Amino acid sequence: MGPLAIILLVVFVASVVAPLMQRVPVRWRTRLLALVPLGAFAWFAAYLPEVLRGETWHEAYPWVNGLGFDFVFRLDGLSLLFALMITGIGAIIVLYGGTYLQRHPGLPRFFTYLFIFMGSMLGVVLSDNIFALFVFWELTSLSSYLLIGYRHGHAGTRKAALQALLVTATGGLALMAGLILATTAQGSPVISQWVPGGEALVASPYFIPMVVLVLIGAFTKSAQFPFHFWLPNAMAAPTPVSAYLHSATMVKAGVYLLARLSPHFGGTPGWNETLMTFGGITMLIGAVWALVQTDLKKVLAYTTISALGLLVMALGMGTTLAVQGAMVFLLAHACYKGALFMVAGNVDHGTGSRDVDRLGGLFNVMRWTGAAAVLAAFSMAGFPLFLGFLGKELLYEATLDHPAFIWPLTGALFLTGVAFAGLAVLIGYKLFFGRKGTTAHTPHEVYPGMWVGPVLLALFGLVAGILPQRTIQGLLAKAAEVVVPGAGTLEIDLWHGFTPVLGLSVLTLLVGLGLYRLGGRIRKARGWSRRAGRFGPERLYDGGWEWATGFSTRSSAYIQSGHLRYYIMVILVTLFVLALLPIWYYDLFHPAHTFAGVDPYEWLLALLLAVAVVSTVAASNRLMAVAILGVVGYGVALFFAIYGGTDMAMTQFLVETLTLIVFVYVLWKLPNYITLTSTGHRFRDITIALTGGMVMTTIILLVTDYPLGGELKRFYAENSYTLAKGRNVVNVILVDFRALDTLGEITVLGIAGLGVMALMKLKLGKTPAKARPAAEPERRKR
Amino acid sequence: MNTIILRVAVELMFPMLLVASLLSLFRGHNEPGGGFIGGLVAASAFLLVTLNGGVEEGQRRLRFRPLQFIGAGLTLAFVAAVLPLPFGFAFFEALWMDFYIPIIGRPGTPVLFDLGVYLVVVGVVCKIVFSIADDD
Repeated sequence: MGPLAIILLVVFVASVVAPLMQRVPVRWRTRLLALVPLGAFAWFAAYLPEVLRGETWHEAYPWVNGLGFDFVFRLDGLSLLFALMITGIGAIIVLYGGTYLQRHPGLPRFFTYLFIFMGSMLGVVLSDNIFALFVFWELTSLSSYLLIGYRHGHAGTRKAALQALLVTATGGLALMAGLILATTAQGSPVISQWVPGGEALVASPYFIPMVVLVLIGAFTKSAQFPFHFWLPNAMAAPTPVSAYLHSATMVKAGVYLLARLSPHFGGTPGWNETLMTFGGITMLIGAVWALVQTDLKKVLAYTTISALGLLVMALGMGTTLAVQGAMVFLLAHACYKGALFMVAGNVDHGTGSRDVDRLGGLFNVMRWTGAAAVLAAFSMAGFPLFLGFLGKELLYEATLDHPAFIWPLTGALFLTGVAFAGLAVLIGYKLFFGRKGTTAHTPHEVYPGMWVGPVLLALFGLVAGILPQRTIQGLLAKAAEVVVPGAGTLEIDLWHGFTPVLGLSVLTLLVGLGLYRLGGRIRKARGWSRRAGRFGPERLYDGGWEWATGFSTRSSAYIQSGHLRYYIMVILVTLFVLALLPIWYYDLFHPAHTFAGVDPYEWLLALLLAVAVVSTVAASNRLMAVAILGVVGYGVALFFAIYGGTDMAMTQFLVETLTLIVFVYVLWKLPNYITLTSTGHRFRDITIALTGGMVMTTIILLVTDYPLGGELKRFYAENSYTLAKGRNVVNVILVDFRALDTLGEITVLGIAGLGVMALMKLKLGKTPAKARPAAEPERRKR
Repeated sequence: MNTIILRVAVELMFPMLLVASLLSLFRGHNEPGGGFIGGLVAASAFLLVTLNGGVEEGQRRLRFRPLQFIGAGLTLAFVAAVLPLPFGFAFFEALWMDFYIPIIGRPGTPVLFDLGVYLVVVGVVCKIVFSIADDD
């Protein structure tokens, strides 16, 4: 087993081990668990020299042979960049989350979900096979659902979690379909074996659906317009989750995928334009919406949407500069946004409030948190010396250099930059140095475990901003090279001279400062945004939800009548119709049977059965009906015995006997026999019963016309003793040839037993007083 | 339903039925019988006891709870399915020993599997009857 698989396995094992460590004091548990991602981070970092030399690392493990389902892992510049972010920020989040939730009884659960997420996210960025990628992709959606719904006591939280799951998992399905289409065009499910350049894909007759499906997958995951609405709602998650999933990692999976597919889809008709359009719209919508939020986490959520839009737009531009800028910004954003989310959590923790209009002057009491906030805010604003500045410079250079759309791209980027700068001042300045606000309780600094992480992340933004050559340049260049083959080195310098780009950067900061001064007024006038929000795509989601739940409620109310006789009736009528249709359509039934050769004792048995059947129907009480029905069963068993089906006969005898006994037990409990059905209903029932009898007779006569499976029969007869060492063919089939079927059957049997127990325990209609709820819902339903 | 005839008959029938059920379980590989039939016979033995002495009596004779029978049976059947894997055989490929035991016959994973079926059938039938009969 190779190192990549081992890392993945260790992370997944940690998700199982974490809840078993209840005995370890919570502080030490948190620190021990943080070692897992930290160790993985170190291990990935050890690959840096190799990757910087341009080498890639491959591992392959067969999964389903012949279908192309294999775990193929690949570590190149792009996946290494993401793997380092996932494990590095992951270590910080484990420490932070373990401290943030240390008094919460659900902490073990939190760790389990978190490690499942971490492992699946690593799987997404390491998988080279589309099927493995899809499995991990959906696992991130699933674990994100569990993490968002961590505080599942609130209805709003559950709704938000479900919404995120439905949106992203549906997108995942679309992605799967799109990738399969791409695989059929490329001839391999392993992405690295695809031919770069889009010729093969464009030649596919399914090129347009392929692109649309892939984009739906990436856009839902990365919260692009028109699927962006789930991300702000996902802020119902505990803050460590928001910091990890909803800023640094999961939402970037879509961006990762677009980057990974860029060598293949980039340049195909419509791809770049679509990415630029949707990315640009998302970027602007996110920026505008962020300005009107008062909840600190919502502010961060909308700026995250905006940043994701920016990344998608840059990937859509597709030039070397744009992609390199995107990589720098990606890292810068993960660091500052992760830090700011944790700052938001600390502020919430320390003051009991997240309202940006009511908070202020916190630096005196929350120095470390404040330091992290200031450093991260500088990076967010794009202030010189910080990583965010380098990203913004490169992106400005790229938009000014774009061959077609200089003005719209630069303008949109400028507006977003202004919004980022203004909001950065709001968070970095107003919250900590502005006028003292009114909060729920007296502000206090949080535990060291909660400020170490954000300070580290924010500090990295400064160090990498000052010394890019020594820290990040090489890896980011390699990552960009995966996206744009032949991208070459990444030119980042703190000082370019007095260029238009520098002018734009300064102008962005200045206008952003002005925007901050207006911020309070913009937030006060947010009524319009709520009205406008009513026409957003979330309306479609809500409408679809209402329709789907309404439809299933109505349809199940119709189908699930609660009356056993209707269920049986529906099942039988369906069966008869389905059986008769082909017989009638293909004109199969040409009876040529005669009664010649029927022995007298067979006639006698048949007569006995007929009399018993009529008597069952005519019986005037249930016990008699059941007893005579038993006669019918024994008669059938006799037929089996006569024709050599000894096993069948024995089983039939036993089942009849046991059924009779069970019937007797049930009959005790039933009220007296009275006729409730009308004559019309009885005619209907008789018709169904007679039809059923005729259908079964027809089928059996047909079956004897076509000696089915002669070869199969011979195979069983010949091989039963030689292969399976048993002379009783029936039993050999049950326990050897078709043992898997039997295993399924006995499992169903066991579950049926549980079902009977549940039914009897329910005791509908006579709930004991202590277990009865205030209003009996079961009864009202009936 | 506590009559002297039934009581005496049950005392006579109970051991005989159980022996018969085991016989049909083990001879099932070559003669008519097998786990399903054997399980039904055994279950009918316990049903007779229950008819006569009520659920408590049936449960006492059964020793273990029906759900434990079901669980044990499913586990055995599954073990029989995966046991060949470590020996390099396929899932559910039959493993046979090289010797005979009187009555049981040649031991192998199909016998184990059949025993699982037997236990599940006993457990399910008893569970159903106990659930229904216990509901007063």
